[in-house]
Amino acid sequence: MSRVRALVGTRKGAFVLSADGRRDRWEVSGPHFGGWEIYHLKGSPANPERLYASQSSSWFGQVIQRSNDGGKSWEAVGNKFAYDGPTGTHQWYDGTPHPWQFARVWHLEPSPADADTVYAGVEDAALFRTTDGGHTWQELPGLRTHESGHLWQPGAGGMCLHTILLDPSHAGRMFIAISAAGVFRTDDGGKTWRPMNRGLRSEQIPNPTAEVGHCVHRIAMHRSRPGVLFMQKHWDVMRSDDAGESWREISGNLPTDFGFPIDVHAHEPETIYVVPIKSDSEHYPPDGKLRVYRSRDGGPEWEPLTQGLPQRNCYVNVLRDAMAVDTLDPCGIYFGTTGGQVFVSPNGGDSWMPIVEHLPAVVSVEVQTLP
Amino acid sequence: MTIRLVLPAHLRTLARVSGEIKLPVDGPLTQRSVLDTLEARYPALRGTIRDQDTGQRRAFVRFFACEQDLSHEAPDAPLPDAVASGAEPLLVVGAMAGG
Repeated sequence: MSRVRALVGTRKGAFVLSADGRRDRWEVSGPHFGGWEIYHLKGSPANPERLYASQSSSWFGQVIQRSNDGGKSWEAVGNKFAYDGPTGTHQWYDGTPHPWQFARVWHLEPSPADADTVYAGVEDAALFRTTDGGHTWQELPGLRTHESGHLWQPGAGGMCLHTILLDPSHAGRMFIAISAAGVFRTDDGGKTWRPMNRGLRSEQIPNPTAEVGHCVHRIAMHRSRPGVLFMQKHWDVMRSDDAGESWREISGNLPTDFGFPIDVHAHEPETIYVVPIKSDSEHYPPDGKLRVYRSRDGGPEWEPLTQGLPQRNCYVNVLRDAMAVDTLDPCGIYFGTTGGQVFVSPNGGDSWMPIVEHLPAVVSVEVQTLP
Repeated sequence: MTIRLVLPAHLRTLARVSGEIKLPVDGPLTQRSVLDTLEARYPALRGTIRDQDTGQRRAFVRFFACEQDLSHEAPDAPLPDAVASGAEPLLVVGAMAGG
C-alpha cells in the first residue's frame, strides 16, 4: 500500500508526519532543528528520500539542511546566498528606496529530474539554484535585475519570493511569485523574465493595475495543464488560462477573497481549494469558523468544507505555503494553521481530521506520496 | 595554543558538539583567528556567527570573556591573556532578545 509523508515547517522546528494510504493513523517525528524557524521543507521528486529544509533564525541566520533518508538524519550543507552583482534598491514600505539584503530562504523547489538540483526563493526577493545537492548556490540574477526591480516592495512578511512553479511541458519555463511584486515568467531557464500581472487589480498601490507591485500570496497549477494558473492574491482569487498572460477574477461566492494558500486537486484540474481569511488586518477566518472552500469548476462557484474543522471560536491563520495535496485516490488535502494544527482530508475535502493539534505555528506543509 | 570556547545551545547542536570546545588556534589569538579555526573545523557554523563575505559579526551575536563584552573589539585585536592561557573561555552568546 502507498504511504504518505507530510513535511511540516513551523516557527520552532520541523516535523515529519507519516501514515499509510488510509491516512488515519499517523506517526510524528520531531521537532527537528528545535527552536529554529523552518520556513519550508520539500522532497525531491527524483529521489523522495532526499529532502531539503530551510532553517533560519534572527540570531544565527540561514542554514540549509539535507536528508538522504527521508528525514531520519540530516546534514547541514551550503548556506551562502550571495547576490550576483550590484544589488541596488527596492521600495521600502513607505515607498523610499531600500537596499537589497538577504534575509532567509522562503521556498525550496527541487527539480523533478535531478535530486541535486534545487531552486530557492529568498527574501529579499531573488531566485537561487544549486546543482550540487545544496553545497553551493548561485543566483539567477536576471529576475532581481529586471528593470522593474526598483518598484518592488515588501509585504507584511518581507519582500519574499515564495512560489516557484516549474512547467513540466515547456523546458525552461518557470513561474515565480513575489510579495509584493507579482508573478514573473521565464521561458529560457531563468535568464530573462517578464511580469505576468495583466488583469490584477490592487488598491494598495498608486496605480491599481500597474505592471508590478501586486501582493500575490500564492499561485498553483495542475501538472497536466500548466497553462492554467490559479492565484490567491492579497485580496482576490484569480485564474489565468494563458500561462499568466492575463488573469480574471474567480472569487465568486467566497465569503471573503482574502487569504494565503491555494492548491489544486491531484486528479481534477478544475478542483481548487482556498482558505478564506476575514481581512488583511484581521488574519483569522470569518465568524470564528475554519472553512476550506472548494470549487469544482475552477471558480467562480465555491462550496464550504466544514466537516471535522472547528466551527466556533477559531481564530487561526493558514499561511501561503501551508497547504498541500497527495496523489492517492481519493486525493488527500492537507493544511496547517498558526495555531499548530495540521489537518488532513483523505477524501478531497469532504471531511477533515487533525493529525496533530499543538505544534508551534505552522509555516509550511508539503506532502510526499510514496510507494 | 588551545583555547576554551563556549557556543550557544543552537550552535552546539548545529556543530554536533556538547559542552565546551577545546580549540587549537595557530598564530595571533584574535576573534578572526578563532572564528577562522572554528569554521574550518565545523563548516556548518559558517555564516551563523559572522557574515561569510564581510566577516561582520551578526547583529544578535556577542562575544564575552573575562566578564567583558568584546563584541565591539576589532576582529584582529588580541584576545585577553586569560583566554590564550585557557584560564577563561571565550563565550559566543546569542543576544538576549526573547524569541
